[in-house]
Amino acid sequence: MIYVENKDLVIPGQILADEEYYSGRGTFKENGKICSSLMGLVSLRNKKLRVIPLKSKYVPKKGDVVIGKINDVRFSMWDVDINSPYSGILPAFEVFGREKKELNKVYDVGDVLFLRVVDVDEIKKAKLGLKGRGMGKFKGGIIVDIAPTKVPRLIGKKGSMINMIKDKTKCKIVVGQNGLVWVRGDEDMEQLTKNIIHLIEAEAHTSGLTNKIKNKLYLAIDGELPPEEVEETEEEFVLEKPKLQNFKEELEQEEKEAEEKKEKEDKPNIAEVIEELKRKNMKKDNTLSYGDNSNNSFILNNK
Amino acid sequence: MDIVPEITRQSITNLVKNDKREDGRELTEYREITIETDVISKAEGSARVTLGGTQVIVGIKPQLGSPFPDTPDLGVLMTNCEMLPMADPTFEPGPPSDDSIELARVVDRGIRESELVELDKLCVEEGKHVWMLFIDLHIIDNCGNLFDACELAVMAALKSTKLPVASIVDEEVVISEDETFDLPINNELALCTFVKIGDKMVIDPTLDEERVACARLNVGVTKDGHICSMQKGGKEPLTKDDILYCVNTAVTKVKELIENL
Amino acid sequence: MSDMIRKDGRKYNELRPIKIEAGVLERADGSAYLEVGGNKILVAVYGPRESYIRRLLEPNTGVIRCRYNMAPFSVDDRKRPGPDRRSSEISKITADALRPALMLENYPRSMIDIYIEVIEAEGGTRCAGITAASVALVDAGVPMKDIVVGCAAGKVNDEIVLDLSEYEDKEGQADVPIAMMPRTGEITLLQSDGNLTEEEFAKAIDLAMEGCRQVSELQKEALMKKYATE
Repeated sequence: MIYVENKDLVIPGQILADEEYYSGRGTFKENGKICSSLMGLVSLRNKKLRVIPLKSKYVPKKGDVVIGKINDVRFSMWDVDINSPYSGILPAFEVFGREKKELNKVYDVGDVLFLRVVDVDEIKKAKLGLKGRGMGKFKGGIIVDIAPTKVPRLIGKKGSMINMIKDKTKCKIVVGQNGLVWVRGDEDMEQLTKNIIHLIEAEAHTSGLTNKIKNKLYLAIDGELPPEEVEETEEEFVLEKPKLQNFKEELEQEEKEAEEKKEKEDKPNIAEVIEELKRKNMKKDNTLSYGDNSNNSFILNNK
Repeated sequence: MDIVPEITRQSITNLVKNDKREDGRELTEYREITIETDVISKAEGSARVTLGGTQVIVGIKPQLGSPFPDTPDLGVLMTNCEMLPMADPTFEPGPPSDDSIELARVVDRGIRESELVELDKLCVEEGKHVWMLFIDLHIIDNCGNLFDACELAVMAALKSTKLPVASIVDEEVVISEDETFDLPINNELALCTFVKIGDKMVIDPTLDEERVACARLNVGVTKDGHICSMQKGGKEPLTKDDILYCVNTAVTKVKELIENL
Repeated sequence: MSDMIRKDGRKYNELRPIKIEAGVLERADGSAYLEVGGNKILVAVYGPRESYIRRLLEPNTGVIRCRYNMAPFSVDDRKRPGPDRRSSEISKITADALRPALMLENYPRSMIDIYIEVIEAEGGTRCAGITAASVALVDAGVPMKDIVVGCAAGKVNDEIVLDLSEYEDKEGQADVPIAMMPRTGEITLLQSDGNLTEEEFAKAIDLAMEGCRQVSELQKEALMKKYATE
């Protein structure tokens, strides 16, 4: 017997199914019932029940790629804040082997790096490294902070969401599995991208998000709706662990290409394609507002 | 200590250099303000203020007490501020920090020096019994610029405060159970807070702007344009021009802020 | 006894009006606001996070720390700010009431801080605090076996009644606040002060548990309302 459907929103303690189902992540078994331990969305596949949390803190796992901030420089390592209950360390030998260098001349407090989790010890402290192309210190740009569980939604299926944002805003974007996102581009586009990312975070569990975001992007940048709808894939809500490893490589590639054809760069010419839509929608909407407290409406009233 | 990422410092500084801000505001623009009064029925005066994501609650409780010997016919104001650990991951439980004492004192100074509360009307019996007003600020969400939010909250709460009527009968103080009077207020005031980022002064800073700023200036101005309190904070100095610019801007901005009351 | 009407017009088994809202603060990892009768309670949750107080941490699981605090303006006579013996005790039993529901094995050596602020008090703040804290914990994404809920029953004018108001608490003969995990019915907090016969106590427990079940539905509603689409 099962009491919920795929994609249902459930809360801790809620009974999901009887014993003939398997208890996956975000669930537990008690007295012959499978219950949710989190607030999140049900994922049911081959009789295996999981609950994908709406919010959750990042716990480091071996192999993850993360964005971290240098919090302290010590004798032979850096202390790195990886937006988690567990801090990371970047040992000096991961950066320059047996060579002796002054650590703070290489990375100093406040620097933001793209890193890989090399190992996690028994108390969950993460040992970090820079092996892999494109890892290291970010120069310029901004950091956007989202719930780590929303990272897959930001990426989208096979990168559909993130690529759409990159294409439209011409920003470089690197996503860490710990919920930190680095964005660099034109100053205004950086801010727009930040707002778009926060919007995706806020509405990650809603359907039709890709088109909604696409519309927002086009309206904000061109003042017009996009020429066509993108196909929304049914399964898109599933917040699974994404493959992120290639992002920084992609970024480097893009940077190279960008430099090569810097002069040629033109403004995107889409006006022709959407002439019809022009008349339909003249409203300019670049006032994305979620940094505000619109959901912050608690009432303290005596009347 | 929460360390600001270097690239955040750079991006905010660059934005401000171009007269822009991370939330799209102008350098002299406030975030959205909401003010609600009479939110606590057990307090004689109260208000909840939101300034962007920043949120404070203030409650005012009167108590009868003895006046200070040098002002035997004046009521007493006491302002206290709790930067609750709920408001910010870096706020610690425990006795008030230096920051929270400074905040309370700056807010208090504006109210006190503008003389907007008619303290002589809080005297019940000269030299013996006066009303002491305890103004307790509760910071519940810190998204930057607590100063201005607190001053607005206190101002709104004072305006809504009703005190019980007290009289002397047979040399005893009798407090009426149902008769109240409005706290006598003869002016209005607001605080404008600026921070210096790069070489520009920015009004109503967000948390990130506060964290990358090198100096701060609070300017308290009354409705009629009188400067009644100021405080410079932060590690770096300000120039005279910075200060005069802030005063000038504050005088016009305060009128805007007071309209919210 | 079922026809008795209380001073505020309620029946013996009737709760005061309740309002719960999840996710009301920007900075906290999770938060909730609750009004029951004249009580106004705000709760913020931070964590699981790293803690510098090493001696409090445990190698195999996460730990919680709770701080119950009353605003100076929350009561008729201004309360001096800061902790006192009463609030320290409530902080402790609140943490004890919530702990059995938490599943923190995945967060060893971490700490969850729960800050309960009583903005206005009108009897029954400890139960209200627990109820609101559970909602804030769910909002923060903390794994739990169940959503703990608190409610009190008591004895007023020789009758066993649900959810004592401030007046009833003062004038009444006994107060029995409890907290429970509604799915299993296990009790995670129990206090009793006043005079009760064995029979009256049993009645009070039953009534308080029934009250908990009702409040539990409102907790769920508040959470669903915050995150449901459309």
